[in-house]
Amino acid sequence: MDTFVQQLINGLTIGSIYALIALGYTMVYGILRLINFAHGDIYMVGAYAGFILATSLGFAANPSAFGFVVTLVGAMAIAAGIGMAIERFAYRPVRKFSKMTTLITAIGMSLLIEYLFVFIFSGTPRSFPQLITNDNYTLFGNATISTSQILIFVVSILLMILLQYIIFYTKIGKAMRAVSFNLNSAKLMGINTNFVIAFTFALGSALAAAGGVLTAQYNPKIEPLMGIITGLKAFVAAVLGGIGNIPGAVLGGLLIGAAETLVVGYGSAIGIPSTYRDAVAFAILILVLLVRPAGLLGSNVQEKV
Amino acid sequence: MLTLENVSVNYGAIEALTDISLTVNQGEVVTLIGANGAGKTTTLRTITSLLEPRIGRVMFEGKEISAIPTHKLLPMGIAMSPEGRGVFANLTVRENLEMGAYIRKDKKGIADDMERGFTLFPRLKEREKQKAGTLSGGEQQMVAMARAMMSRPRLLLLDEPSLGLAPLLVHTIFEAIDEIRAEGTTILLVEQNANAALHHSDRAYVLETGRIVMEGDSKQLAADPRVKEAYLGE
Repeated sequence: MDTFVQQLINGLTIGSIYALIALGYTMVYGILRLINFAHGDIYMVGAYAGFILATSLGFAANPSAFGFVVTLVGAMAIAAGIGMAIERFAYRPVRKFSKMTTLITAIGMSLLIEYLFVFIFSGTPRSFPQLITNDNYTLFGNATISTSQILIFVVSILLMILLQYIIFYTKIGKAMRAVSFNLNSAKLMGINTNFVIAFTFALGSALAAAGGVLTAQYNPKIEPLMGIITGLKAFVAAVLGGIGNIPGAVLGGLLIGAAETLVVGYGSAIGIPSTYRDAVAFAILILVLLVRPAGLLGSNVQEKV
Repeated sequence: MLTLENVSVNYGAIEALTDISLTVNQGEVVTLIGANGAGKTTTLRTITSLLEPRIGRVMFEGKEISAIPTHKLLPMGIAMSPEGRGVFANLTVRENLEMGAYIRKDKKGIADDMERGFTLFPRLKEREKQKAGTLSGGEQQMVAMARAMMSRPRLLLLDEPSLGLAPLLVHTIFEAIDEIRAEGTTILLVEQNANAALHHSDRAYVLETGRIVMEGDSKQLAADPRVKEAYLGE
């Protein structure tokens, strides 16, 4: 029982990160029907942006809540800018071409970001400074939860509430929903759809960057290719929940995270070695595509890229 | 107010509109009638810059608008209720109307115009908080028209507002067109229902396979034997 609770806590921790990243995949898909394969790399960019901010502003030497917040918000802002730049200069010029063209552009963008970062920062992992004092708290039994885990839960939930507010109660959020439903009708309403699309990229990128900084507090090793596998799992999470569906992305993320750690905890008992943890998400992906291609919360079968 | 000068439009290699010239004057209701595939919707999509003319130009109040992006036409005073209604099914009726007022900032004016929309179509008031996707075709058409009116346009483009509606609803929609016109909005109405369109308009153009084949006073066209035979089923 203790192991179960412990694995669940750990699973929901990484699941929250998957959820934050999955939101970006799902929002961009909802609005452009594009799988933005470079999105996982934005998570990495966010972690590096946080790393640079934390070290250059001296937060690394003096851990404080203030330093953490500045690093988090700063990294989110930088990633938002980079996300908008990618949309403007890579995706917008090819938007009117076929889906295949945009998809290849996205894959190319992903590789470009990864190896640009290898070039600038080298492939050697860096250690992200601890910005908060990381304590362990014992829950019932022997299960523990760390400060960084609590931070991940709290910040993720706050960001998701904020996102929900933006999408449902602000003018730009309503415009996002309008654009995702019918681009041309939105244009006829005088909505600058290019701006709305750019804003969607900014929002998704900021959430992924938050995921990057939060993860780095939990597991401080950052490297330029860290976004590949995490990004893929977050993508699977978005598909599991029903791509284009926002609550689905959150649900998918939490489920993938939990499934992954439960395999680590219990897999060996049923003959699945814990080293298969990364395979879980993809096994789930295959199952979803076979059984319920629209995803758990997706209403109808969506157009595929 | 609106003029199309020798406009030709292509879909790839296929010419969809050939040498279209038409005029809509301030205060008029002008209708464009024709069979399916004659180019009626293409004409409206060209006026709203969703398509680009290969030759010719679109002028609005003396200014060429052919190259102006779609979203900048609404602030100039052109609104459209598009083909197939184009309502935002995932938004409530109220939110759809709010989208129609997207470019406006005057909260009071927006609230007044929303009330005006609900007066025009009382049914929408009852459905205010419902997702537009759950409405009937006729109600969705009401949303599309009320939404287009939320920007207080000077020119309203209507694309087949009566398509697929029961006769009673067709009547409601055309009454609303009369009312909108009475408030001083100029209307370009594209219709397959030639009978109703000719009775609720001042002038008409008849479109056949991308060309204007007849034009004139709506009453005269309604009495024209060729129009009667081809479009009024007499």
